[in-house]
Amino acid sequence: MCTVCGCESEHSHHDDQFVHHHHHHGTDDHIHFGTNHAGASVAGFNDDQLISIEKNILDKNQSYADFNRSFFQENELLTVNLLSSPGAGKTSLLVKTIESLRDSLSIYVIEGDQQTDNDAKRIRSTGVQAVQINTGKGCHLDAHMVGHAMENFRFESGGLLMIENVGNLVCPASFDLGESHKVVILSVTEGEDKPIKYPDMFAASDLMVVSKTDLLPYLRFDVNQAIEYARRVNPDLGVIQLSVESGKGMDQWNQWILNGARSKTLPSVQESLTAG
Amino acid sequence: MHELALARSLIELVEEYAHENNAVRVKQVNLRLGEMSAMTRALHFCFDAVANGTVCEGAKLSIEQVPLTVFCSFCNQTKQPMGRYSFRCDDCGMPTPKVVTGKEMQLVSIELPATQPCSQYGPENEHRQTA
Repeated sequence: MCTVCGCESEHSHHDDQFVHHHHHHGTDDHIHFGTNHAGASVAGFNDDQLISIEKNILDKNQSYADFNRSFFQENELLTVNLLSSPGAGKTSLLVKTIESLRDSLSIYVIEGDQQTDNDAKRIRSTGVQAVQINTGKGCHLDAHMVGHAMENFRFESGGLLMIENVGNLVCPASFDLGESHKVVILSVTEGEDKPIKYPDMFAASDLMVVSKTDLLPYLRFDVNQAIEYARRVNPDLGVIQLSVESGKGMDQWNQWILNGARSKTLPSVQESLTAG
Repeated sequence: MHELALARSLIELVEEYAHENNAVRVKQVNLRLGEMSAMTRALHFCFDAVANGTVCEGAKLSIEQVPLTVFCSFCNQTKQPMGRYSFRCDDCGMPTPKVVTGKEMQLVSIELPATQPCSQYGPENEHRQTA
């Protein structure tokens, strides 16, 4: 079966063929939307015309993402797309990470929020370059925005680019930015069933960070249940539990980033966690 | 909310192909959406609004839904998962992270209206009626 369009016939889909991949009424046709009006082929008349396209709706985003990805690879940048609901602690984790790793790595940050450059200011105060993207009414960053943000950095080869996406557990899951890893943060002040309530985000991520674990004694949050739910939607998901406040678990997180940044070919999250 | 962004991307893509085929109007847009894209209703909801003033204005949106299937490496077969977001093989219960179908968000084809008859070719209208 063709995995591009799901039809049974044997054929290939190369990019340069997409445009000419038309299927008109011949014996090899594999797309059948309604039937042709019988025998009404008269000069000066055409029947309704079916133009076969077979393209992903997010093709344009994908091509920007591919461009970003090759830029990141050429410049040996580990790129982490941080995702969570608002208030899960993305910016706090970023600031702490920068404080721990800025002597070992060049770090760059792209901040995504609907409004204000508060987060970028907070990051710049740590001494690293940060670019703020305001999405206005938009609910997610896309690869095109990230490409433009990259124009504002003075990159040196090698290092870490952290992209803090708009706080939203739904929409950013669909948009590839060209990143090396999507990391979803789940704070223990949220419900442990978030992974099954908002499964797409957890399914799209490589790593789940369970944050604010210093608050666990005061809450009825079942960490193991949260991890079980998350692995139900993504059996390959790596997990790191940490608290920015107490510092517990930060070593494992920092090590995961260092392993990723130092490896020319990026390790999978599982390999990296084992190595760390 | 990102269905709005998707609807815009979709319409941009349709416009590109409509323009290539010298069409000023598109009659129908045929999509293929996987079960995991979870977009069907949301896209229907905002398509008309985004389509206003474009070649897609008034176009019908036809969506073919693709069921979710996963590959079970223990059974060595494509299977249904236990649930929509429960990635375990329905038969052996082992984890099945590899999605085979169900993530599709594809523009399959567009249908353009029949070109208008050109009066200088006279009798075609009659042919059309009797055909």
